[in-house]
Amino acid sequence: MSLEQFKNRNVGVQSYKTLDVGTPPKTGMEKFTQVVKRSVKGELFVGLGVVMKRMLEALFKNDMHTVKYPFEKMPISPRYRAIHEMLRLLESGNYRCIGCGLCEKICISNCISMETRYDENQRKEVSEYTINFGRCIFCGYCAEVCPELAIVHGQRYETASEQRAGFSLFEDMLTPIDQLNLQQEFDGFGAVSPNADDNIKQTPLAY
Amino acid sequence: METTLIENLPEVGAVGVIIKAVLILAVISAIAGFGTFIERKVLAFMQRRLGPMHVGPYGLLQIAADGIKLFTKEDIIPQNANKFIFMVAPVITAATAFIALSSVPVFPDFTIPSWIPLLGDTFVPSIASDLNIGILFVLGMMAAGLYGPLLAGMSQANKWGIIGAARTAVQFLSYEVVTGLSILAPIMLVGSLSFVEFNNYQAGGISNWLIWQQPLAFVLFLIAGFAETNRTPFDLLEHEAEVVSGYATEYSGMRWGMFFIGEYANMITVSVIASVVFLGGYDVVGVYGWLFIIAKIAFFFFLMLWVRAAWPHVRPDQLMWLCWKVLMPLAVVNVLITAIVMMV
Repeated sequence: MSLEQFKNRNVGVQSYKTLDVGTPPKTGMEKFTQVVKRSVKGELFVGLGVVMKRMLEALFKNDMHTVKYPFEKMPISPRYRAIHEMLRLLESGNYRCIGCGLCEKICISNCISMETRYDENQRKEVSEYTINFGRCIFCGYCAEVCPELAIVHGQRYETASEQRAGFSLFEDMLTPIDQLNLQQEFDGFGAVSPNADDNIKQTPLAY
Repeated sequence: METTLIENLPEVGAVGVIIKAVLILAVISAIAGFGTFIERKVLAFMQRRLGPMHVGPYGLLQIAADGIKLFTKEDIIPQNANKFIFMVAPVITAATAFIALSSVPVFPDFTIPSWIPLLGDTFVPSIASDLNIGILFVLGMMAAGLYGPLLAGMSQANKWGIIGAARTAVQFLSYEVVTGLSILAPIMLVGSLSFVEFNNYQAGGISNWLIWQQPLAFVLFLIAGFAETNRTPFDLLEHEAEVVSGYATEYSGMRWGMFFIGEYANMITVSVIASVVFLGGYDVVGVYGWLFIIAKIAFFFFLMLWVRAAWPHVRPDQLMWLCWKVLMPLAVVNVLITAIVMMV
């Protein structure tokens, strides 16, 4: 592209397409005929008919677009990044978090803080885990980096609060043990893609 | 006929007139309030919304909530406003609207049944005050109503108010001409300005309605009526997108509410005039005349809401063009043709 094309200020004569809106009337007689045509044509009644049809559909076919928001909610995309959730293992009911600390490391707003220790089985256990939602920017890195799909983004988007600093504890985000059967497998942000198995390549060591 | 009435039945006296006036005031205020609910619902359905739903069943008590809000709001008067005129302007709108309603007929003449205490056997004529110049009086009152928006807009020391007031003067004065001229042709046919005469002229079925003789006058009157009542294709006085709220910009609380009630009362008045003058009034099919006129008035009221949902605004210059270059000549031609036909 040469400089000439940028310097051309005469827009509209290049590759633009104009709609065919007819020619505006010039003489008095043309104006008069246009007015008469438009008056007699009944275009206004088409508009009336459209809204009446909408009203009848709304009344008798219940074709409403209103969502009574606090009582009804629209389904949101599974990729939506709202308040975090901590998932459990479906088999044992134990929490999935292995205390690796990757989410704490990757968090770019430093809102995740965790403390871990070894339990009696020499297994990592989470003793303290908080997320400061006043700082969290819901970037989703924690869910993406988590190797165990333990921390994920949920669907709870109503996060208005009276204070800027709103901490959430591990237990608050953890799936309640009695609702384990209701736990949805996370297929949203950072989740394994459906064709994950096909993408796995054997490492050279296996040859 | 009058003598027999006076001999047989007790006439409605001064007390009766006062009772009727209070009744009209109460009923029309209530209907105007209910009209806002209907308007919101109809517009909502036409836009596939639900409208008010939460106060009472289907939002029916929304009127009460709005009324409480309007009555208890602080009465704010701007600092630089002309206080007296600012306070009096809404009263003009509401008062003229209700005075106009005092001389339009709504029901046929009837006699209160004798089993009702105190008022039994009283003969009630159809209008609170049956003036022999009824139409002139009503049109005059509606024309006087222009002082409400005009003074309100000019007194409130607000630029949008001034624009609204200017538009009031331009629009209402222009469309008075069309209203008067369009209704002149039916007046010539009937030969009277009394609404009762109009009603009697069209007695005897749908084929006698004046709309068949004067279709053009009917359309012109309807268009002018929309402009006179400040309804949507012509609601330039308070067009939000252009002039914030026009003449009502600085108003709040009950003073704004009076403008509102006045507007809805005017809508009812125009509906009644259109029903009585062009659509045969209350005397269609014998006993159920009162039901039919209510249906007609309701239809015109609904038409105003319907049009509001469907049609866009016009520009002020289009409004003036329509009034002076289209409607007024058509009205004059209509009057001329009517006169020639009557002469021949």
